[in-house]
Amino acid sequence: MNNTLKPHDAAEVEQAVQWALAGGKTLELVGRGSKRAIGRAAQWDATLDLSGLSGVTLYEPAELVLSAKAGTPLAEIDALIAGSGQELAFEPMDYGPLLGAAAATGTIGGAVAANLSGPRRIKAGAARDHFLGVNAVSGRGETFKSGGRVVKNVTGYDLCKLLAGSWGTLAAMTEVTLKTPPRAETEETVFVLNLDEVTAGKLMTAIVGSAADVSAAAHLPAPVAARIGAITAPGGAVTAFRLEGVAPSITHRKAVLEKLAAPFGTLGTLGDGPSRALWRAVRDVEPFAAAGPAGERTIWRISTAPSRGAEVGRALVERAEAEIIYDWAGGLIWAALPAADDAGTALVRSTVAAAGGHATLIRAPVAVRAAIDVFEPEPAALAALTKRVRESFDPRGVLNAGRMWAGV
Amino acid sequence: MPVAMPQSDEAVLARRAEIVAALQHIVPGEGVIALEHAMRPYESDGLTAYRQLPMVVVLPETTEQVAAVLSYCQREGIKVVPRGAGTSLSGGALPLSDGVLLGMAKFNHIREIDFDNRVAVVEPGVTNLAVSQAVEHAGFYYAPDPSSQIACTIGGNVAENSGGVHCLKYGVTTNNVLGCELVLMTGEIVRLGGRHLDSGGYDLLGIVTGSEGMLGVVTEVTVRILKKPESARAALVGFATSEDAGDCVGRIIGAGIIPGGMEMMDRPAIHAAEEFVHAGYPLDVEALLIVELDGPRAEVDHLLERVQETARQCRAVTYRVSNSEDERLLFWAGRKAAFPAVGRISPDYYCMDGTIPRGQLPLVLRRMQDMSVKYGLRVANVFHAGDGNLHPLILYDANKPGELERAEQFGADILRLCVEVGGVLTGEHGVGVEKRDLMPAMFSEADLNQQQRVKCAFDDKGLLNPGKVFPTLHRCAELGRIHVHAGQVAFPDLPRF
Repeated sequence: MNNTLKPHDAAEVEQAVQWALAGGKTLELVGRGSKRAIGRAAQWDATLDLSGLSGVTLYEPAELVLSAKAGTPLAEIDALIAGSGQELAFEPMDYGPLLGAAAATGTIGGAVAANLSGPRRIKAGAARDHFLGVNAVSGRGETFKSGGRVVKNVTGYDLCKLLAGSWGTLAAMTEVTLKTPPRAETEETVFVLNLDEVTAGKLMTAIVGSAADVSAAAHLPAPVAARIGAITAPGGAVTAFRLEGVAPSITHRKAVLEKLAAPFGTLGTLGDGPSRALWRAVRDVEPFAAAGPAGERTIWRISTAPSRGAEVGRALVERAEAEIIYDWAGGLIWAALPAADDAGTALVRSTVAAAGGHATLIRAPVAVRAAIDVFEPEPAALAALTKRVRESFDPRGVLNAGRMWAGV
Repeated sequence: MPVAMPQSDEAVLARRAEIVAALQHIVPGEGVIALEHAMRPYESDGLTAYRQLPMVVVLPETTEQVAAVLSYCQREGIKVVPRGAGTSLSGGALPLSDGVLLGMAKFNHIREIDFDNRVAVVEPGVTNLAVSQAVEHAGFYYAPDPSSQIACTIGGNVAENSGGVHCLKYGVTTNNVLGCELVLMTGEIVRLGGRHLDSGGYDLLGIVTGSEGMLGVVTEVTVRILKKPESARAALVGFATSEDAGDCVGRIIGAGIIPGGMEMMDRPAIHAAEEFVHAGYPLDVEALLIVELDGPRAEVDHLLERVQETARQCRAVTYRVSNSEDERLLFWAGRKAAFPAVGRISPDYYCMDGTIPRGQLPLVLRRMQDMSVKYGLRVANVFHAGDGNLHPLILYDANKPGELERAEQFGADILRLCVEVGGVLTGEHGVGVEKRDLMPAMFSEADLNQQQRVKCAFDDKGLLNPGKVFPTLHRCAELGRIHVHAGQVAFPDLPRF
């Protein structure tokens, strides 16, 4: 591609941003492009390709900490730390299949910039909760750092939190430091068949508030459950719960879980391997993959209060023929709507506004993403604050300008 | 006072009577305190070496009053210092002579408990412990547990991003807060987050948490509540050397075990605590670990076996496991009383709060001993071993000339050492005024400037809690300038790396 700057170290990233500042140019920040199709469709003068900043720079398993250059492939980090029985506990999802890009191509910088998480979000948090330190170049062309390499740190403002989920609109991260907690020794899934979303919501509420201490709770209505290979149960909806830990603990908590779930219907279980496959499918929203039967549909990602999940999902099903995946005990809704020029925005926004939370348009054609708000619009005072924060890092709008909102 | 605070604005002080009257108009009744003796309780926080009477104290009761006070002060150019319970150990709530002290104590109601969404919606003046107590009947609790939890408030916890002994497993405040209502210095009221997870835009809640009351005033907080673990047992493990103890901590964590709490004490702290509470601590060891596992009993027992085996490999010389809840609490009693226990053996003590990579502990303890000799002051150490947060207690006597100054220099040396070995200046107490001038040991000017620019985005006149965190105050306009080094640009035309 033309107009691509591919720096190989942090100093060159600073030079690249300085180049853009000097020439009044805008830059599109890209790692390996796995999430490039998310966000407002905007135009940039040049691409800042950060994939050349690659490699783990520090890994100390006994300290539960890893530092890597921002363009390091997630897959490389996963493989490295798995060797020490550790993982990125926030379970970063892979957007590749959903967006029609290759699987497993994301970078650690991209995972942080998009504040990725997965089904374990309800127990272990998102990227923001594991992000300890950063080196970055602001849209002012200045190199700065924040945080450190220790878990407990309140020295100065926590700029890491701002960078996580900023989609490259504040700074180009060059190196990030994250926690690497131990991964569970084993896992098992217990599921209940054929619940409607309201009943499933009640069961999920009961389970996540119990001593079963599950690390994931999802409800997969019949049409989407049928597309997940790990589930061999015939036909209906599946409401699934994941138990992780040491074996004696799982045995005990499984009994707690089964006692609560038994009155709701027929129970089934998945052992370690199938359980992993199921939650990978939920994490990556596989039933809505671009290559699958829902591939033409518009995809919204909605975060709401878990207790309101079922009503949000049901409204979208009834009024827009949506297909729904409920994760986070009902707090995360993946909605696949029939393709439309307005992406069903009015309905999605009003439904989410009534329940509380936010919705992001994840998959839609470029023309649609250019015409409507992709990220949740903010009330005036908050939007003005957001804009001032943006300008505190990037007053000229150099980095990913307009990717989140017009002017941001 | 060794740390210089922003110069008093004489023009503001000259208008004091008018300002008091205006505040009384906003917060009628007994909400404004202007008499010197009545303001005296507000002159310092938990860092009592620093004292300053505010110009006036105001105690609002509603968000609208907070907004009206702030917009009035913004319009009139008056500084504001917010305060919760005043338990800060870094001077975060130290008043300014020309500033309004905004006390949030009257915001002390729990507004809603929502078990279905596992959240509690509370006002900022509610104490940390009161949140746990309000949900205890249903078997829930609020996880962050700073040792001041009986007194400190949730609003202060948000401002300081407070931790506690359980944060390796359950996170600190920022991991346990889902939303807040925030009043900006302009008086604008914004809502961040809610009962859902993550932000639809920038994570402003994340930057507000730990911003030491400098970005806005929190008037409502939504916190996550967790189901209480079914059981907890603690092991008390003694070591002949701190190296062995440090090795044991690393090996437990390296083996994939994340204890609910893991605390270490050194010999002086062990002796002081044992003499004070008779917890049954061994007195012939150099280091003592409390390792607490929590969860289902089957899990706790299973993991304790592994901890015991690990301790044996690390040459533990004593090992006891609690066999009852009373015994577990007794193990903790000594640790929890460590500060007052040290207070019994020394007229004064100065509590530090650096964090280090765990593996650096033996080195840091050795270097601290050298410093102890150099400054002629004793030091006792308690340590949140699981997360590397070190609390050296420097023993001194304020009545002896020069000892406070030596203690402060000793403390500064310890914190610089923490940074030198890859750690940070403060793990949970905050920068405040106490560590403000040490910030350049950890951050470059560019790092600090970027933090201050964020401050400018929230408070462009710099009126909210100025003089804290940043060693040098810059005007926002000055920070806003862009420096393009056009001459040095590597890609004058079309760049291809």
